[in-house]
Amino acid sequence: MNGTPPADTPPADASPAYTDYRVGAPVVDAKAPEGPIEERWARRRFEAKLVNPANRRAHTVIVVGTGLAGGAAGATLAEQGYRVLQFCYQDSPRRAHSIAAQGGINAAKNYRNDGDSVRRLFYDTVKGGDFRARESNVHRLAEVSVEIIDQCVAQGVPFAREYGGLLDTRSFGGVQVSRTFYARGQTGQQLLLGAYQALSRGIAAGSVEMRPRTEMLDLIVVDGRARGIVARDLVTGRIDTHLADAVVLATGGYGNVFHLSTNAKNSNATAIWRAHRRGALFANPCFTQIHPTCVPRSGDHQSKLTLMSESLRNDGRIWVPSQAGDTRAPADIPEDERDYYLERMYPSFGNLVPRDIASRAAKNVCDEGRGVGPGGQGVYLDFADALARLGRETVEARYGNLFEMYQRITDEDPYRVPMRIYPAIHYTMGGLWVDYDLATTIPGLFAIGEANFSDHGANRLGASALMQGLADGYFVLPATLADFLARHPHDEVPRDHPAVTDAVSEVTDRLYLLLSNNGDRSPESFHRELGELLWDTCGMSRSETGLRKALERIPELRAEFWRRVRVPGGGKSLNQSLEKANRVADYLELAELMCLDALHRAESCGGHFREESQTPDGEAARRDGEFTYAAAWEFTGPGSAPVLHREALEFSHVHPTQRSYA
Amino acid sequence: MKITLRIWRQSGPEDRGGMRTYELDDVTPEMSFLEMLDTLNEKLIENGEEPVAFDHDCREGICGACGMVINGEPHGPDRTTTCQLHMRHFDDGATVDVEPWRAAAFPVVKDLVVDRSAFDRVIGSGGYITAPTGSAPEAHATPVAKATADAAFENAECIGCGACVAACPNGSATLFTAAKVAHLNALPQGAPERESRVLDMVETMDAEGFGGCTNTGMCTSVCPKGIPLASISTMNREYLRALRKA
Repeated sequence: MNGTPPADTPPADASPAYTDYRVGAPVVDAKAPEGPIEERWARRRFEAKLVNPANRRAHTVIVVGTGLAGGAAGATLAEQGYRVLQFCYQDSPRRAHSIAAQGGINAAKNYRNDGDSVRRLFYDTVKGGDFRARESNVHRLAEVSVEIIDQCVAQGVPFAREYGGLLDTRSFGGVQVSRTFYARGQTGQQLLLGAYQALSRGIAAGSVEMRPRTEMLDLIVVDGRARGIVARDLVTGRIDTHLADAVVLATGGYGNVFHLSTNAKNSNATAIWRAHRRGALFANPCFTQIHPTCVPRSGDHQSKLTLMSESLRNDGRIWVPSQAGDTRAPADIPEDERDYYLERMYPSFGNLVPRDIASRAAKNVCDEGRGVGPGGQGVYLDFADALARLGRETVEARYGNLFEMYQRITDEDPYRVPMRIYPAIHYTMGGLWVDYDLATTIPGLFAIGEANFSDHGANRLGASALMQGLADGYFVLPATLADFLARHPHDEVPRDHPAVTDAVSEVTDRLYLLLSNNGDRSPESFHRELGELLWDTCGMSRSETGLRKALERIPELRAEFWRRVRVPGGGKSLNQSLEKANRVADYLELAELMCLDALHRAESCGGHFREESQTPDGEAARRDGEFTYAAAWEFTGPGSAPVLHREALEFSHVHPTQRSYA
Repeated sequence: MKITLRIWRQSGPEDRGGMRTYELDDVTPEMSFLEMLDTLNEKLIENGEEPVAFDHDCREGICGACGMVINGEPHGPDRTTTCQLHMRHFDDGATVDVEPWRAAAFPVVKDLVVDRSAFDRVIGSGGYITAPTGSAPEAHATPVAKATADAAFENAECIGCGACVAACPNGSATLFTAAKVAHLNALPQGAPERESRVLDMVETMDAEGFGGCTNTGMCTSVCPKGIPLASISTMNREYLRALRKA
């Protein structure tokens, strides 16, 4: 930290509300090849230039994040011979939040002979995403899915197996084939450890330089090209610049903007938001996913929400009392006074309808006063029938660890009393805009995994996040990054280049401001207030009135933050309050863009439900004529209206229909 | 609930550190242990004091980041991770001691935060299967008996939290290392590197300053994932086998 006061004061006083925006030139994905969709990825790989193996070591690639996408990318790039410089804020790359994914990973292996295929996985993903994803990307994802399983098995990932020694699969959230591979309820953990171990091999071999407990605080852009990052060593407080030939952001989603979410406490949006401020377009920020099967909150002290795998919906039945205000214990409510509302409303999919539909239905029954548990914010997920049908042993084998987790948190035994669940923010489909090559609009800056916006459209299907993270990291990025490196000059950026030193000053000035503010409110209190506002106005259901209210309030809250935040301690050692404050400052900007995006998209689609756009029976109504595009936003300055660039989406293989799960 | 906390405060690696006492009177039984500490930290920040530093992230018991010795027991009384421990396990009016992991190989960074990077180096020395991306055969090419896959999984569940080391009177990482050896050496995919893996990982484990194993079993009794003590015998067997072959 330098001691000089900042030259360019962040939006401490003036940050006007924006509810308006300008429309700029359309944005085009120039990299997806033409031709039959089945051949596009093969063609792109063939057309991609290669880097001579002997020259690869001369290229440094920065990878930020060590989750499934980042871990897989770092390990693979190192195997290919590049010099990898990798960062994570955790104390070890093994702790990235991919580790918490429970349910499984989809792959079009068709081992069950149940009619699955690459084509069907493609179709399901485009449809599940409510026709707001790019067909080319999704088809590639489905193609690559089969290679992922092979790769993970070779690494020793202990997937569940049948007695014959072959891999077991199950059906998962909203699809009718069994294409989900799993490792009990800890699939994310096992896949992540596979990637972590491959990365560790690279670290030990010296091909990956790993910097744990180091957080990226800004992107360095030199002459329009991403050339490095500014990062803070979280233990010593030291601010350093790291330069490279390309930068890959694998920093996950921004769900923590809501304060309460199923994300890890320290997952944050700073890396992608800083990249956005430096010129990378941010696409579809309002596409956030709410997961239906989370443990309801227990009080104001709640620090995060815990998800339980939606595989629970395979055997659990969701219900609420038929009558509002029924406070009897679940066992005392007779069968004919229960409303198994998903089975009633969606007879063919029942409890397995996609996440957004299940979440909204839960909210609706709670809004009707039929919710259960403290504050009426919960619905039952009942295993009584499954226990009677399958026996305790089978139920325990399938869900034992989830039942244990639930009991630990709530002190209730789900073998005897139905679980209570409630939706929570879980995943963000939006993220940095990328083309088919996963390149952002800043040359040399790539975004992979949840950090980008590409493959899930307006809603992600269950067990597809792990698939996309690993597809991007193991297979897609290594091919497309080579093309970029081969086509761009390999030269050194001097460390005293003004773009480098300016980025450092901006970072140190901002930290100085936070530390010297001496206000009276904790960063956490601002985060909580912002999260509550977003949950109410930009959560499961959004309206113009609510969003306008949020757009008015957020700049006020942001100004208050810079006036009143208090960060104890100094900048030269481990200071978790400073880390938190810096992240909250970015949430306060990102939240505004989310609400604006939600306001401008006056249709309902996927996880984005606009109250003004619904069918007479209350289902989401898309408005394809006006909104069949990805909204890519350009930053124009704090508190200044952003510019909207539309990427038109074409559906030539899967014909858009209103989703029907009845 | 009213809780008296005695927490280890240490400003940095060079500081001697010591216990400090804090009183909280608005604790509820539903709070997790970390939410109780969050409440304390909010109060400290409001009073302009430095909050207590502790590692935590997923708060779902799977990332392995959190870990503190609570009343002398790693992760406290409930045999789970600290983030999954709830205040209902403590009595109203209780006094609770909170300390960092204590082990020579885990130096204290600040307050309750320790440096566990030695674990990463143990994994890097052999805790993987060399399978470069793209080289994998069809997943069904090698069937794996369900019992074998289940045994591998049981060991692969380790979250690397370090409670085993903190509990061990010798500060040994044998259970941690054994879990990875038992996971990978059980599988046919792990067979080609079976000998080098166990020899290299044990060598690194020793070089990192972890103590030796004297079979006290403290490690497995505090392990939040229940990694079995038998994995240590598996590793020892693998080690002897590798020595004989070498």
